[in-house]
Amino acid sequence: MNLSVRLVGFTALAAALATACAPQTSGTSSSAKDDKSGTLRVWLFQEVDNRPKQQVVDAVLAGFEKAHQDTEVSVEYIPVETRAQRIKAAFNDPKSAPDVIEYGNTDTAGYVRDGGLLDVTREFDAWSEAADTDPTARRSVTVDGRVYGAPYFVGVRALYYRTDVFEELGLAVPTSRAELISTAKRIRAAKPHLYGLAVGGAYTYGALPFLWADGGELAIGEEGSYASALDSPAARKGIKAYTSLFGDDNCPAAKCAGMNGNDTVTAFASGKAAMAIGGDFSHAAVEAGKVRGKYAVVPLPGVKPGSIAPAFAGGNNIGVLKSTSHRTLAVDLMKRLASKKTQGELFDAMGFLPTFTDVRRQAAAKEPFVKPFVDTLAAGTRFVPASPAWAQIDSSLVLPTMFQEIVSGKKDVAAASEDAARKMNDAFGAAG
Amino acid sequence: MSRVTAPSGPNAAERRRVRVARGPSRPHGGSRASHPAPRPSAGWTPWLYLAPALLVLGGLLVYPVYQLGLISVLEYTQAQVSGGRPTSFRGLDNYTELFSDDQFWQVLLATVGFAAACVVSTLAVGCALAVLLTRVRALPRLALMLAALGAWATPAITGSTVWLFLFDPDFGPVNRLLGLGDHSWTYGRYSAFLLVLLEVVWCSFPFVMVTVYAGIRAVPSEVLEAAALDGASHWRIWRSVLAPMLRPILVVVTVQSVIWDFKVFTQIYVMTGGGGIAGQNLVLNVYAYQKAFASSQYSLGSAIGVVMLLILLAVTLGYLRLLRRQGEEL
Repeated sequence: MNLSVRLVGFTALAAALATACAPQTSGTSSSAKDDKSGTLRVWLFQEVDNRPKQQVVDAVLAGFEKAHQDTEVSVEYIPVETRAQRIKAAFNDPKSAPDVIEYGNTDTAGYVRDGGLLDVTREFDAWSEAADTDPTARRSVTVDGRVYGAPYFVGVRALYYRTDVFEELGLAVPTSRAELISTAKRIRAAKPHLYGLAVGGAYTYGALPFLWADGGELAIGEEGSYASALDSPAARKGIKAYTSLFGDDNCPAAKCAGMNGNDTVTAFASGKAAMAIGGDFSHAAVEAGKVRGKYAVVPLPGVKPGSIAPAFAGGNNIGVLKSTSHRTLAVDLMKRLASKKTQGELFDAMGFLPTFTDVRRQAAAKEPFVKPFVDTLAAGTRFVPASPAWAQIDSSLVLPTMFQEIVSGKKDVAAASEDAARKMNDAFGAAG
Repeated sequence: MSRVTAPSGPNAAERRRVRVARGPSRPHGGSRASHPAPRPSAGWTPWLYLAPALLVLGGLLVYPVYQLGLISVLEYTQAQVSGGRPTSFRGLDNYTELFSDDQFWQVLLATVGFAAACVVSTLAVGCALAVLLTRVRALPRLALMLAALGAWATPAITGSTVWLFLFDPDFGPVNRLLGLGDHSWTYGRYSAFLLVLLEVVWCSFPFVMVTVYAGIRAVPSEVLEAAALDGASHWRIWRSVLAPMLRPILVVVTVQSVIWDFKVFTQIYVMTGGGGIAGQNLVLNVYAYQKAFASSQYSLGSAIGVVMLLILLAVTLGYLRLLRRQGEEL
């Protein structure tokens, strides 16, 4: 009897074991070694169609190996979905970590706090090409005034719309936010099987331009002392405008509350939406969909007629890991991978927008489809708070939860934004 | 990964228990002198026999639980793991933070309610079908068995995905059959929980059904005949004859279901997209995962794990004690 009680007890124990892992800590200091030969390991993101990227990268590596005697570079393309785990694992185990990585620019501050990235301020400032880096891109590699990598490309979102639907209904392309919303509702009323403007409750970076257009901010303050501004009147106005798009007259909450950015682009590409907020990086997916040849792109309109809503400057950076034992070589490789020449080639191959203003201008002249995106960038872009807390705010879904609470009618704008602001401040406070 | 593989351990252990528990209830006809001889000086011999099992249990259970408890009193996030910040001792601060969080209490309440509904539904469906199995002919019995085993053998993630597709607002056959148009099942809180409950019952009733069916088969037919001759209805036979005789088995399947349904993860995670609209369908296990792994607050996630462990231990031990007081031999 006694034994059986214990046995069942142990069973319960086994069952509840959910999150066990050893509290170990890897070394904090950067490697003292700076080998001038050997093998360098690079992790880059695996794109949907990776071959053109690989060709560009291979050319860079050939040049690098030629310039440095007895060096070899091995590249691994890691899947985007599991990058967080892979990069965390690399920080935890410096021995099997790569020397150079590609990373999402919203992760910069978090990775720096994790002690993963090498401070390359001196090398970056001494780099002749760095002067042409656009300021927002530069901000995305900067934490507390120090530079932790080189911008690789920028990603920015604009308004995709169906030219055939607009023509059929005799609609003009919206030039202000009020027009955008009324146009979306008119389309939905005329064509109930289409979403007017596809929006998503979990589409943070599609919603932020609405908030910024009203002069709202995610957070105010400086690095190290942020305070959330989500519950300010300006931000609330933007939140209200975005959430007004959820409803049977545009994008029913029952379907759209759970959608993320990819879902809205998929809805547009498959012909289920008349408009969507998509990135330059979504171009390939839309081209591959049903609406090929029946759409155009314009910058997302702001509040004032003719203005452009500030967009989120997404994109990726190339950084060197603190644990590298080839510091000099790794920094040189970083510069080569993110150079003007490489970024120009990468644009030709993949359509990724260059982070250098002059290279971007040349690119726009070559490819008309990037014009609305370049215009959006030129009109000024915004970035998320450069705080390690942002990674946590993002991953604990603070903003999607706020939008979903509002569109599902659980809370009003004031209450939901107040709760979200409190959660953000908790995260900022914990990050110090 | 321990979360996914853990159930197979308990299941195996409990299935073994079922066999042991059923032993005495079977009339052996005669020799009752099966009591072992008194062992006044067993010494270290039993420990020698137990050593391999204890070693495995120690390595696979005690050590991880110790680590879980340890992490839950530290400040331990990604920055501490990769060495960006020193690990520091926080005492019970993680627990204070957890208990002062409204969301934790909401999630706990939802988990208890959801698990209770799942346990009751699973046992009801499992027992009803087990009784049905004893009353139908060979062919339908075989068909029902195969259908149940199919559901049992389906991996949780596959089952969840298929159920989600069945109830999909745009392409799902269920909405088309019921003429619901593009009704979204995962949008409302209760309808999403209901959908997940159906899937959980579907994939966990076979264990109850097969176990109870085996138990019913072992009940001597004279007893059932006697009850039938006395004019007892089916329901009366179940309540007054079968259920009491099957009590040890029912205890095991109940405890197993409680543990299983309390820590349901895959179904919620897959079917509600990680916790539903604005986190309305979070249960403790998914909540712990979101805290520990999605936002890298390992120590907070561990604290949730410890709370879950204590709740499950308390429920299980409390239930067993209650039975013991009623004089039931497990």
